[in-house]
Amino acid sequence: MVWIRFILIQNRAGKTRLAKWYMQFDDDEKQKLIEEVHAVVTVRDAKHTNFVEFRNFKIIYRRYAGLYFCICVDVNDNNLAYLEAIHNFVEVLNEYFHNVCELDLVFNFYKVYTVVDEMFLAGEIRETSQTKVLKQLLMLQSLE
Amino acid sequence: MPAVSKGDGMRGLAVFISDIRNCKSKEAEIKRINKELANIRSKFKGDKALDGYSKKKYVCKLLFIFLLGHDIDFGHMEAVNLLSSNKYTEKQIGYLFISVLVNSNSELIRLINNAIKNDLASRNPTFMCLALHCIANVGSREMGEAFAADIPRILVAGDSMDSVKQSAALCLLRLYKASPDLVPMGEWTARVVHLLNDQHMGVVTAAVSLITCLCKKNPDDFKTCISLAVSRLSRIVSSASTDLQDYTYYFVPAPWLSVKLLRLLQCYPPPEDAAVKGRLVECLETVLNKAQEPPKSKKVQHSNAKNAILFETISLIIHYDSEPNLLVRACNQLGQFLQHRETNLRYLALESMCTLASSEFSHEAVKTHIDTVINALKTERDVSVRQRAADLLYAMCDRSNAKQIVSEMLRYLETADYAIREEIVLKVAILAEKYAVDYSWYVDTILNLIRIAGDYVSEEVWYRVLQIVTNRDDVQGYAAKTVFEALQAPACHENMVKVGGYILGEFGNLIAGDPRSSPPVQFSLLHSKFHLCSVATRALLLSTYIKFINLFPETKATIQGVLRAGSQLRNADVELQQRAVEYLTLSSVASTDVLATVLEEMPPFPERESSILAKLKRKKGPGAGSALDDGRRDPSSNDINGGVEPTPSTVSTPSPSADLLGLRAAPPPAAAPVTSGAGNLLVDVFSDGPAAQPSLGPTPEEAFLSELEPPAPESPMALLADPAPAADPGPEDIGPPIPEADELLNKFVCKNNGVLFENQLLQIGVKSEFRQNLGRMYLFYGNKTSVQFQNFSPTVVHPGDLQTQLAVQTKRVAAQVDGGAQVQQVLNIECLRDFLTPPLLSVRFRYGGAPQSLTLKLPVTINKFFQPTEMAAQDFFQRWKQLSLPQQEAQKIFKANHPMDAEVTKAKLLGFGSALLDNVDPNPENFVGAGIIQTKALQVGCLLRLEPNAQAQMYRLTLRTSKEPVSRHLCELLAQQF
Repeated sequence: MVWIRFILIQNRAGKTRLAKWYMQFDDDEKQKLIEEVHAVVTVRDAKHTNFVEFRNFKIIYRRYAGLYFCICVDVNDNNLAYLEAIHNFVEVLNEYFHNVCELDLVFNFYKVYTVVDEMFLAGEIRETSQTKVLKQLLMLQSLE
Repeated sequence: MPAVSKGDGMRGLAVFISDIRNCKSKEAEIKRINKELANIRSKFKGDKALDGYSKKKYVCKLLFIFLLGHDIDFGHMEAVNLLSSNKYTEKQIGYLFISVLVNSNSELIRLINNAIKNDLASRNPTFMCLALHCIANVGSREMGEAFAADIPRILVAGDSMDSVKQSAALCLLRLYKASPDLVPMGEWTARVVHLLNDQHMGVVTAAVSLITCLCKKNPDDFKTCISLAVSRLSRIVSSASTDLQDYTYYFVPAPWLSVKLLRLLQCYPPPEDAAVKGRLVECLETVLNKAQEPPKSKKVQHSNAKNAILFETISLIIHYDSEPNLLVRACNQLGQFLQHRETNLRYLALESMCTLASSEFSHEAVKTHIDTVINALKTERDVSVRQRAADLLYAMCDRSNAKQIVSEMLRYLETADYAIREEIVLKVAILAEKYAVDYSWYVDTILNLIRIAGDYVSEEVWYRVLQIVTNRDDVQGYAAKTVFEALQAPACHENMVKVGGYILGEFGNLIAGDPRSSPPVQFSLLHSKFHLCSVATRALLLSTYIKFINLFPETKATIQGVLRAGSQLRNADVELQQRAVEYLTLSSVASTDVLATVLEEMPPFPERESSILAKLKRKKGPGAGSALDDGRRDPSSNDINGGVEPTPSTVSTPSPSADLLGLRAAPPPAAAPVTSGAGNLLVDVFSDGPAAQPSLGPTPEEAFLSELEPPAPESPMALLADPAPAADPGPEDIGPPIPEADELLNKFVCKNNGVLFENQLLQIGVKSEFRQNLGRMYLFYGNKTSVQFQNFSPTVVHPGDLQTQLAVQTKRVAAQVDGGAQVQQVLNIECLRDFLTPPLLSVRFRYGGAPQSLTLKLPVTINKFFQPTEMAAQDFFQRWKQLSLPQQEAQKIFKANHPMDAEVTKAKLLGFGSALLDNVDPNPENFVGAGIIQTKALQVGCLLRLEPNAQAQMYRLTLRTSKEPVSRHLCELLAQQF
């Protein structure tokens, strides 16, 4: 069955800025995965593909400044669709935080979860329209 | 601090985060955190009631501390309280805290069910979504039990907001994945399919995911989605680049939705309706056409989105594998990508072409790209791209290009990354064998492999070359000459010594006529390597020496001298010592005739699947087989390359070092059960000897019922490496049953106990008993190796509708199975209604680090729930007549596969479960039986008649039951038994 196993945002130093799990893992296992993903992804350069095999799955990732956005999916899933799903997500963050930077994700970590849930749910892509997502986020922002 | 300046955050939180960031050391951070924890604790415990804002702030701080990696052991109640707030921001933090921490504290779930219920009923879309997201994020069975019934209603309710529908669809999907039994299909399913027509594309996007998941287990219920998906897809791909406004991404209309629709269609065969099919083919063509149009934007986002659809389209075309024109077009398109400047596209094109290569329609088209692919193998910078190139070369290989591909792979091997060397070695070995026109080329290739990458040449590979040389006398002389030459290299790999030693021991005589390779020269060449070799190789060489004594009597004295040397006769290694002693004695006491008999040339090995192929499959894991094991095409290869027929992979590879002479006192442990030690545990628990029987006498019915266990609790996934959710993997999560699964199943139709499966690693035995509609089965898993199995997890899976027909409760077994040990698993089975397919048993474990998986059919067939019924002839005929509708009867006339013995037949029919009625059929040769199949929902009366015709060696079998599928199914099951 095809679905996203987890989404990770990490910086070059390996600090996690977001970890969203769509499968049950215990805390030790999560930590191990985070470290492994970091090790696998950071050694790759710009000439490499944005895909890397990972255990029985694959990681689709893209680097933005010092941040790696990684999505773990099944090996037979559509690489480019997830690669652009990452970009779509980043553009929404950028719009929402007005030129997003790493610190925005640190200080507003609880809002980032809301953005993720609007766009991805249960390991599936929930909403792809940036307009619709941003409208919803602004509406929520206005609530107390 | 950008967040604070925006003025919408919680100031105290921002200050705390800043403090943490400013900490210079880990110690300082811990100190600051402890201070904060003390502060929060005192606030929560204080007399003054906290307002919602403060509570939210502190819970959020706790969450932040948790995310930093610290344990949080309080604050849960405050988080739960936040859920009942009517302020969005407070509720959101409460839900977030619970979603993130729930793993470590599942007790929380019970506390929040009420709050979730209220929010779901609130009619406030924001609150409903928060609650749905929480359920989707947690996705536990408890949640499913509490809410699975409500969510379909919310999903299809006319007045639900679009955003709520989106969340409800995916929430339901998550619950279904976690516990499918809690989400019964119902009238809502038809309405879900119609969400594909929804105006809101976001709703469609979510609904497609849900339908894709549900339809895999219930394809017929969702069949109508095909035409709806096709028309939706057609509208999207034919729309102009800006038509879909919000859903256009870099000039590509709805790329993600298109991809999802195309994936949904891959769950089904091509549409049967000609109009639908025509429309779909048109869509696929449009996508291929658009790929040729100039890009509407130079941005990579544009081309990625467009190509995401293109690759998915190609996947669908390959899935259908029926439109030659589209397949070839797809191939040409991928061919263009092979030289694209984007590494991503080159990678994906190689990957996708690999599957095209296995279609007979596009195989030739793929082959035209061979030079580009070889070039990729040589020049790509990214190892994963090179690996795809190697995969593709392997997939496109056939007799016409095998020599070129093999030699390129060999050349690549010299510089290949260590990570992929072994795989390349296996591939080369397989291709060389499969497409060998003359076997001298094959022998050369394998010896080259050993020369270039000896460390990566596994046992399977060099055993295989020995098998083939042994079996083909036309290549033996060449092989002897070639290994002799190879051994002359000053430094040669130990694997070369092994192969050389074995081959010269068998066929050294074929080159002994040449003075340059006379017997003494052969011997001293081999013996010059002896002392630097490992024990296993030296043992093999000792066997070669004794063979030499037989082949070349002139070497006898020299070799006896070697065997007699203290370093052999008193060798610390018991194996070497034993061989030296035995061989020395044998050569001294046995007459030439005896010697010649004992040391005769090895007989040909039985033809079997190449163990290399099995190894490659294991390396690639389940699912990768299709592109690799091609039983496709090339029937002409049978004579010369018959060895690689894809037959069961259960045979063991003989180890030349262990069994060269068959002289050893005891058979090696893997070959046969031995009488002592670890192997003992494996000696049939199922043999008829009373001592070995576990106490499983007939249980009184009440006790049998009361012992039914509650289902095993849902186990959290321990490892990502296991792709199947532990609780209830769907059939698509496990591999297909092994090829012999049906045959193994058939063995158990008329009996309940026995060995279900056995290979080199594992033995699975079954004991079972059935009463009415209940059954209990004991599975015994025996580890035949001396190494512990890890992550051992056998699971029972119900494909298709089976879970509504048969309930199987399993108990977990220990995740480790020690070498030589056996574990037992108990299954409680309840037949709910009649069923046709048996459940699957999926066994996964790690053996020596390599994942193993195996899928069998569990020997539970409908006849197990037979209750024999005795009746008089008169009653029988009356009932026989009552069941006279044509669809109630199933009949088969078939040839006897076994000797026709009345007693055996009787035993089989009784084992099948029916009563045997004497004096009913006027012809005493015939058999007549009756019984009732007991299921929870209904009982099915069955009558059967079997008419043997000894002269024609045929049977006629007739079944009459009140249910048509049951008649047919029983007839099929039983007919295979005679």
